[in-house]
Amino acid sequence: MPLTLVLEQLLNGVQFGVMLFLMAAGLTLVFGIMNLVNLAHGSLYMMGAYLTVAAVQWSGNYLAGVALGLFATLLLGMLVEVVALRTLYERDHLDQVLATFGLILFFNELAAIFWGRAALDLPRPDWLQGHIELFAASRYPLYRAVVIGVGLAVAAALWYVVTRTRLGMLVRAGASNRSMIAALGVNIRLLYTFVFGIGAALAGLAGVMAGPIYAVQPGMGELILIQVFVVIVIGGIGSIRGAFAGALIVGVVDTLGRAFLKPLLGTVLSPTAAEAAGPALASMLIYLLMAVVLALRPEGLFPSRGGQ
Amino acid sequence: MTRARIAFWTVLVTLLVLLPPAAAALQQPFYLDLVRKAMIFAIAAASLNLILGYGGLVSFGHAAYLGIGGYAVGVLAFYGTTSGWLQWGVAIGASALVALAIGAVSIRTSGIYFIMITLAFTQMLYYLGISIEEYGGDDGMRIKTRSDFSGLIDLGDPVAFYYLALVLMLACLFLVHRIANSRFGMVLRAAKSNEPRSRGIGYSPYAYRLVAFVIAGAMCGLAGAMFANHTAYITPEFMHWTRSGEIMFMVILGGIASTAGPLLGALVLLVVETLLAGWTEHWQAILGPLLVLSVLFFRRGLAGMIPGSRDG
Repeated sequence: MPLTLVLEQLLNGVQFGVMLFLMAAGLTLVFGIMNLVNLAHGSLYMMGAYLTVAAVQWSGNYLAGVALGLFATLLLGMLVEVVALRTLYERDHLDQVLATFGLILFFNELAAIFWGRAALDLPRPDWLQGHIELFAASRYPLYRAVVIGVGLAVAAALWYVVTRTRLGMLVRAGASNRSMIAALGVNIRLLYTFVFGIGAALAGLAGVMAGPIYAVQPGMGELILIQVFVVIVIGGIGSIRGAFAGALIVGVVDTLGRAFLKPLLGTVLSPTAAEAAGPALASMLIYLLMAVVLALRPEGLFPSRGGQ
Repeated sequence: MTRARIAFWTVLVTLLVLLPPAAAALQQPFYLDLVRKAMIFAIAAASLNLILGYGGLVSFGHAAYLGIGGYAVGVLAFYGTTSGWLQWGVAIGASALVALAIGAVSIRTSGIYFIMITLAFTQMLYYLGISIEEYGGDDGMRIKTRSDFSGLIDLGDPVAFYYLALVLMLACLFLVHRIANSRFGMVLRAAKSNEPRSRGIGYSPYAYRLVAFVIAGAMCGLAGAMFANHTAYITPEFMHWTRSGEIMFMVILGGIASTAGPLLGALVLLVVETLLAGWTEHWQAILGPLLVLSVLFFRRGLAGMIPGSRDG
């Protein structure tokens, strides 16, 4: 197979990976710090996309709409945290899974009530159309390249905030000993609400960027949510570093598997067998990967240093 | 068994036995269908209750066995094998084997990892179901003839199928009850409440948990075979992860680690779903918050309201 095709699919994998990372970062932060399993994270991804579509249509300006939509998602996340999730921190994982499962049903239906069940289109602006030149006369869509750039920038910013700023220090302190930091006079509940809001906004950003590539529709969050679970389990729950590594691994493995598994199998098996087994195996690949990782390293590749 | 519990079970079983004639008299066959579905799901929920309620294994992929049981019936029927003995036997056996494989890997992990790895395995099976075009892929497949039990019972007859489901469900509830109160069940429950201590007195929980996991998978496979006959249709949706969540919610709603809980949870959840769906198209927008509220404030479940449940 031609090298440019491999390269293009590799870039697509990285692009998918950084989107997964934006989701995984929020989810893993919330789990690592508040010990909360939040299935509704996918709903925030979906609501981010919908709110941004609405904001772009309302303001008529892409960038302003995105900023507005993400701010609304941040507020929505904080609202959800205060109303529903705050009481769940002390509960066991089973209660958390079920309650946030209820939230998913609610948000999916809410989106269907306001925007209908049909897929919406989030048009990308003119200045994000077109291609960029890679080497050897191959071209890559500008939009996807921008997604990669934004994702990497957010990852770097997140790393800086968590490891180098006072806010990040508070967050890490809250993760390792909640009552101690509360006793030192930090408003830990407010901090949690804020962190949750940031996680929601990151999920929303992933939703916005996914909009033009995939479809904006009710239920879009669950599809990616389960893949994000795979990411954070592979990476090690609670670790941002792990989420980043896991996201890139899953993104690249999934994309390459879908692109090349069928032709590869075709060289070994009969064409009809490859036709049947290729897509099935490709969609199961990341789950197999996760099972292998967990069987070898039950704590994931980068176990969180935070404690517990 | 206290007198209150005997009274509760007598009333419950009498009501279930009397439902078909009552539904026929009122010309409401719909209720027969609904309660039969609830009883099938009660079997699935009872099997999950064994590992989740008594064993503390929060499996978020229990719908997998519903799907395997369903596909065992559907695929065998597709190739012209309609013997119910064989179909249901394969359903139970295949579910047990898959549960053995999934359990062997998953039970090595715990907590959140266990939740996610069971979910991931079920997703794998779900995508497998979607990608096999021969058996309908995404759209699923009709089952032309229901399972045939050498002419002993005709599953095409709604009333006969109803009573079969009732008997099997009661048997499964009883079985889970007996397992939970056996020596084996005691070890399982001990490992849930204090793992280091149960290790300390010489029990390694892994094997006990794995066996319970396999029993639960096999029992849920039976529910899957019945559900395929109930709908006369199989689709990958049997294994959809929201289905796992639903079964899990039935267990919690009914009352975790209680004998009658799975039945009560399945009945109430399906009835509430049906009522809401009849009322508005957007019933999930109401069911979702109800679910959240019941998790937050209704912690002992429906079985907690049965008289005498505290000493059971």
